[in-house]
Amino acid sequence: MKLDILHELNAERAARRPVILVTDTESGEQRLVKAKDFAKDPLRAELEKQLRMGKSASVEAGGKKLFLNVYAPTAKLVIIGAVHISQALAPLARSLGYDVTVVDPRTAFASPERFPDIPLIAEWPDTALPPLNVDAYTAFVAVTHDPKIDDPALLHAFERNCFYIGALGSRKTHAKRADRLRAQGARESDIARIHAPIGLAIGAVSPSEIAVAIMAEITAVLRLPPKEKEEAA
Amino acid sequence: MLDRDEDILKAAEDWQKAGRGVALATVVETWGSAPRPAGSSLVINDEGTFLGSVSGGCVEGAVVTEAMDVIQSGKPKMLEFGVADETAWNVGLSCGGTIRVFVEKVG
Repeated sequence: MKLDILHELNAERAARRPVILVTDTESGEQRLVKAKDFAKDPLRAELEKQLRMGKSASVEAGGKKLFLNVYAPTAKLVIIGAVHISQALAPLARSLGYDVTVVDPRTAFASPERFPDIPLIAEWPDTALPPLNVDAYTAFVAVTHDPKIDDPALLHAFERNCFYIGALGSRKTHAKRADRLRAQGARESDIARIHAPIGLAIGAVSPSEIAVAIMAEITAVLRLPPKEKEEAA
Repeated sequence: MLDRDEDILKAAEDWQKAGRGVALATVVETWGSAPRPAGSSLVINDEGTFLGSVSGGCVEGAVVTEAMDVIQSGKPKMLEFGVADETAWNVGLSCGGTIRVFVEKVG
């Protein structure tokens, strides 16, 4: 790999922009295609398909054997609420490779003693979230149980098209939340995207078990093809 | 701390800039049950230090050896690993799958 290609690849990754590296595995020739340039690329159908699936693959095109290496941005996890569940969830998510940030305006909860080594923002969501660059490669979890904190955060997650949005609370709690979000102008299609009750149904009881259920659900949404995803949820 | 893809590529760039010979090995095809999916990579420098993986640890040793040749020659290589001891290579995958690994020089 030429150094300028490697340098550009690292720069695109640092900026959280998806790219595909196309390698002719016989000649060793390579080129980097940015997602914004897919539309005008001769391989656009293949590039779009592989990025959508988040999978690298070998393809044949124009008599050449090409390897399409997909570099999608590292998934982020934003946790609203520095609660007991979050203390288990943050290190678990990090071990799965997520960049984790915890947001909670209540300083008694958002203390470094409770979250050693985890980026922590003790601000209200409207201040904390815009600089975080929440995007389509972000999983978003609201677990404060406090509508003043969770609701504006969820509205932000809708706007940024997070690949996963989950919120803590029973069906009853969630029905009330849906009413409040609707009153604030949220679309039905957005409200329907919230996973609530949060996490796969594995009978989780302790904060650590709930964290496992949440990360299992996020993994399923990230990795399973759409049909199997419905069955898992 | 687990090495992630971006750490691997960052190491490739850093090592190269520090004047080391560097090779990148990438899984480009898998058949059957392979330990790591296509796109998984291993970066190797001329001191034999490596980061990442292309299998569950079964064939990394052989890939590192081949990478030394690629760093020397500058010519890319395609390696294929199948079930243990049944292929041209004297190492293999215990899981029964087959993988092809593309090894290229960086820089």
